[in-house]
Amino acid sequence: MGGGGGRHRPQQFQSEIKGARHDRRRDPENCQCEQIFRRHPGVEEREFRVAQGEIHALAGENGAGKSTLMNVIDGILQPDSGEIIRDGEAVRISSPAVAQHLGIGLVHQEIALCPDVTVAENMFMAATNVSRSFLMDYNALRKKAKIVLEELADINPATLVRDLSISSQQLVEIAKALTLDCRVLILDEPTAALTETEAQVLFAIMRRLADRGISIIYISHRMAEIFDNCDRVSVFRDGQYIVTYNVADIEPGDVVNAMVGRVIDKLYPEKQSPAEVSEEIVLKVDRLSEARRFQDISFELKKGEILGFAGLIGSGRSEIVKGICRLEGDVAGEVWLNGQKLALAEYADSIAAGMVYLSEDRKGDGVFLDMSIAENVSALDLDQISGFGGLISSSKEHGLAERLGRTLNLKYGRLSDPVSSLSGGNQQKVALAKMLSVNPKLIFLDEPTRGVDVGAKSEIHRILRELARAGVGIVTISSELPELIGICDRILVVREGRISGEVAGEAMTEENIMHLASVLDHRKQTA
Amino acid sequence: MDSAMEMSAPKPGRGGTSPLKKLFRMRETGLIAIILTLFIVMSLASPYFLTWVNMRAMAMAFAVEGIVVVGMTILLISGGIDLSVGSVTALAMVIGGWLYLHGVDPWVASAISIAACAGIGAFMGFFVTRVGLHHFIVSLAVMVIARGICLLATGGRPLGLYTLPPEFKFIGQGTIGPVPLVIVIFLVVVVAFDFALRRTTLFRKVFYTGSNEKAAAYSGVRTKRVIFSTTTLCSALCGVAGIIYMARFGSAQPTFGIGMELNVIAAAVIGGASLSGGSGTILGAILGTVLLSVVSSSLALLDVSVYWQDIIRGSILLSAVSIDHYLHKVRA
Repeated sequence: MGGGGGRHRPQQFQSEIKGARHDRRRDPENCQCEQIFRRHPGVEEREFRVAQGEIHALAGENGAGKSTLMNVIDGILQPDSGEIIRDGEAVRISSPAVAQHLGIGLVHQEIALCPDVTVAENMFMAATNVSRSFLMDYNALRKKAKIVLEELADINPATLVRDLSISSQQLVEIAKALTLDCRVLILDEPTAALTETEAQVLFAIMRRLADRGISIIYISHRMAEIFDNCDRVSVFRDGQYIVTYNVADIEPGDVVNAMVGRVIDKLYPEKQSPAEVSEEIVLKVDRLSEARRFQDISFELKKGEILGFAGLIGSGRSEIVKGICRLEGDVAGEVWLNGQKLALAEYADSIAAGMVYLSEDRKGDGVFLDMSIAENVSALDLDQISGFGGLISSSKEHGLAERLGRTLNLKYGRLSDPVSSLSGGNQQKVALAKMLSVNPKLIFLDEPTRGVDVGAKSEIHRILRELARAGVGIVTISSELPELIGICDRILVVREGRISGEVAGEAMTEENIMHLASVLDHRKQTA
Repeated sequence: MDSAMEMSAPKPGRGGTSPLKKLFRMRETGLIAIILTLFIVMSLASPYFLTWVNMRAMAMAFAVEGIVVVGMTILLISGGIDLSVGSVTALAMVIGGWLYLHGVDPWVASAISIAACAGIGAFMGFFVTRVGLHHFIVSLAVMVIARGICLLATGGRPLGLYTLPPEFKFIGQGTIGPVPLVIVIFLVVVVAFDFALRRTTLFRKVFYTGSNEKAAAYSGVRTKRVIFSTTTLCSALCGVAGIIYMARFGSAQPTFGIGMELNVIAAAVIGGASLSGGSGTILGAILGTVLLSVVSSSLALLDVSVYWQDIIRGSILLSAVSIDHYLHKVRA
């Protein structure tokens, strides 16, 4: 299941759909292909319609019910009430196989491929499943895969999925859906792991498919993508369908306001004022190198500033940060924290020195999903919640989690609930609370708002700024350039394992950063 | 904690926090209820069941194995598994017995034997954490190797140790008041490890590691060290169990403990340990052991064929795990 693990259940919809407002801007005559989701016919209707050949964006915070609705349409979850209407006929989609038969294809948010078989076999898994022939025809499979992949990306269909980068895997996932000859294609945050160039290729393909009459439902948190590529956008909030707009008629702010249900006046917190600029150096990294992945990294972080790391996926930005705090790699070079040279052998030493790393992969290695909130928050330093003889004090542990939960405005039921019961944004706050539990001097944040909704996102941005003001060093990595530009005071750009340039102030534009990040331009080296 | 609960909206469909409900949700409560039911049914069915002699025999039957269950549960929580427990327990007896027969003081022989078992655990831990093999494969190999060593050292025949000094035999045969010393040792081990697992920071790291090894590493936990330690601890506890058996039987049997690993793993899993790591309690695992033991004893008293006993034990394991899985899904 996608989205927030097993948390979303169809029942949520029942109550959510009730009390809905009717909204139907589009003339039903034009809808040759429509999906309708409603509680009771005749009573207040809550419908979500997709027209043929359009790219229809779905926006909403995490937990708003987008992924749940898509899972219902794909037959993974069953609706408690209401119906799905396809080409004017009510259909019952009892399983993904039925959805496939109806021409509905879903690309999940999370990659669900078999790592140990080839790209081609993965792409045609569904076709193989229904095939009547006894033997596999690998040659034909590879050829067909090549044709589909040709327009998408430069991936050899014979490679094992295990050997591909995350972004390539995401592309294979999309290619897999393209093999399904579907009439309705659902893409759940497909660009989360893609580079800018790859995303552009994907958008071009989406447009081509739409021109062929295929309807595309496109789920994304990124306003720019929605406004550049989609025809209409429907907004969901708290499990309710709110409204559908024609993209041409509105501004990004309208969508954001509909998503959060209130007016967000500022997307990003205030930056460092000139008066706040300090010459005090929190972190100094001197000629840090790791054999294969990065070379000769030197930079300084001043007190009170937020430093960003930009670069394409695979450029080495995460590796550099992990190398600094000795999470992985055999690293040479010096690291100075608050004027003291650190002798680090492993990550535990880095934590002890006050330097922590917030992982980019929340579910994979950021939190312990099946352990409680309190147990998660205390993981970095058990000593502070234990007393005599290394015995854990439950009240101290809960006290710590409660205090940090309040600081971060964490929404939870009980501290003993497993983290898997929280929404993405709140899970990320638990991961952040984990970091804050050791009163760090410096936090490295790798994609701090990945998969986090708009509301929680701006909250996390605000928290980062407050931490920086309080003197905590903040170094953040993000693939989302607007976010990086919005929150950082200075950005270092990484390309092929080296720092290729630095931008600050007015020079912090997407163009400048992409210039420094892309391999094409070797001349423009700034200091 | 209470104020925190009020701060945020309660989730629908979730029970309150009343201690009664909490108790009801605990797996241990369910196990106790099943065991008590069995007790009542059996005491009606057989006049011999609820006698001191039978109770004592039953307790003796699971007490020593229970020590191995403790080690296995901790290993399972850390995400590992050990198939070699039966062989290593037998090896502990054989090493201790062989040394004794070759003139070593029995106490010293026992210490060496337990240390050797810990060494075997460390050997497995090395292959798992440094070489990067799976626990299952490594312990499968060691299970066969250890059994081979047992047979090689004894020629396949039990070593008679009737000359063991009485103060040594006291470990396995003596009583404190009416209670056999074996049971006292068992209880001490269980209480100590249950407490340690619930409360100490040391064992909390075992939970972190088993729950998500990478996340634990990203929290600064030295996960390899944790896995190495739990693997070693499990084998060392097998050593302790082997020595107690040796003192109790007055012999070292090279074929002892065949199939023991299945019983031990079943008990831990019935008691709530997860094969994918991260969850389990000592209390639960011991209740699982008690349950299996009570069932065996009941079936024996009811004159059910031994062959049926295996079938029934397997079915209990399957139903316990299925029920638990179902309850988890309902709650989620």
